[in-house]
Amino acid sequence: MAEAKGKEKKEEVVDTIWSRRDFFSLAGWASFLGALGLSSLYFARLLFPRVLFEPSPVFMAGFPSDYTVGAVSTKYIKDQRVWIVRDEEGIYVIFGLCTHLGCTPRWLNTENKYKCPCHGSGFTKEGMHFEGPAPRPLERLKISLAPDGRIIVDKSKKFLWEKGQWGDPGSKLLV
Amino acid sequence: MATKGPQIPSIAELMDKIKSGKIFSDIAKEITGSQLWTSSFRHGYADTPRNRVLQIASNVWLHLHPVKMHRHALRIKFTWCMGGITFLLFLSTVVTGVILMFYYRPVGEYAYYDMKYLQYDVPFGMLMRNMHRWAAHAMVITVWLHMFRVFLTGSYKPPREFNWVIGVFLVTFTLLLSFTGYLLPWDQLAMWAVTVGTNMARATPFLGNEGPFAEFVGVTPRYDARALLIGGSVVGPPALLRFYVLHCIFIPLVAGALMIVHFWRIRKDGGISGPL
Repeated sequence: MAEAKGKEKKEEVVDTIWSRRDFFSLAGWASFLGALGLSSLYFARLLFPRVLFEPSPVFMAGFPSDYTVGAVSTKYIKDQRVWIVRDEEGIYVIFGLCTHLGCTPRWLNTENKYKCPCHGSGFTKEGMHFEGPAPRPLERLKISLAPDGRIIVDKSKKFLWEKGQWGDPGSKLLV
Repeated sequence: MATKGPQIPSIAELMDKIKSGKIFSDIAKEITGSQLWTSSFRHGYADTPRNRVLQIASNVWLHLHPVKMHRHALRIKFTWCMGGITFLLFLSTVVTGVILMFYYRPVGEYAYYDMKYLQYDVPFGMLMRNMHRWAAHAMVITVWLHMFRVFLTGSYKPPREFNWVIGVFLVTFTLLLSFTGYLLPWDQLAMWAVTVGTNMARATPFLGNEGPFAEFVGVTPRYDARALLIGGSVVGPPALLRFYVLHCIFIPLVAGALMIVHFWRIRKDGGISGPL
């Protein structure tokens, strides 16, 4: 009798789909791979620190009344690499980075154009490319007004002509 | 006969022996015939194929080598030895690179001056730096020539197709080693070359903020593939440290592991390919 009972029990174990060994083996692998995957995610996040010791992309650019209509201000080109341009409608910011290979063009007031010293790309006052190898117009940056009436320029937000963004909110400060 | 005991040879006899080289075999006979020798080494080395195989296969330093090779594997005109030269140059950069690490600090304030210090104030520093630099340049050239040779001789064809793939990865890692090492002198050339180079990462599909489909992933200039590479949004001290770790630890380890597989596959795929 006892022998028969023992046999029955053994068969029961065999009949289960997951043996104890399979279960622990799979559980072990699953927790190993899970831990590995999770720590990979932690590592990926670790590579993006919350604080960067870099110049802020945002700076204050004085009052709108500092800019004359129809003129290109070169006041911030050296420190912030931007021109601030005012026309009849309002004020916009042009990023001083040639769209060809990234040199800083110069504003030539007498010729009324931005001219890149590296390969001769030329841009109109509005930033449109019209000569040389530059494949697209200069980029514009975000401009807004602080509560105290001063201009805030945010260089981390770009407006690209080829994406039709020059009319987007933030691309021009209407005054 | 009065030849009892050792005889002192005449000078002329001795000179003859030295000139003909017979003296060496005489000395060898004396040593291997001595009781000390014959008691320690019961029989000599049998130069049999089996012993030759064992000599290579049971030696930890030699077992990567083939136990036997084809006569054609030694034909320099066929292989140009380009893979071997590439590996030799890699070893040179590892040795000189470790030596440079004794002085170089990958910190914004120090890196450039450490490089200059190595060049002008550290004995043999200039030699080490230039060996590292030129071996790295040469390695890029030889790795391409190696690939060119493998392509021209059709050695990428089965059964060696898997090793070709490993080789393509090795070329990539060679270029990445060069690129990451480019930043470390921390001069104007390094800064702007890496600025331009990492700007390409902006255009990575999905992961670069200016790349295709970026809007679906929601990456920004602050959190994208380029920021991951240079640890920020401009090439600054974090980029230097990151490139240093990649250059000295991560890429050499991965490339080394791939080299092990690469060399092992050569044996397993029937040895160095030869003319048909």
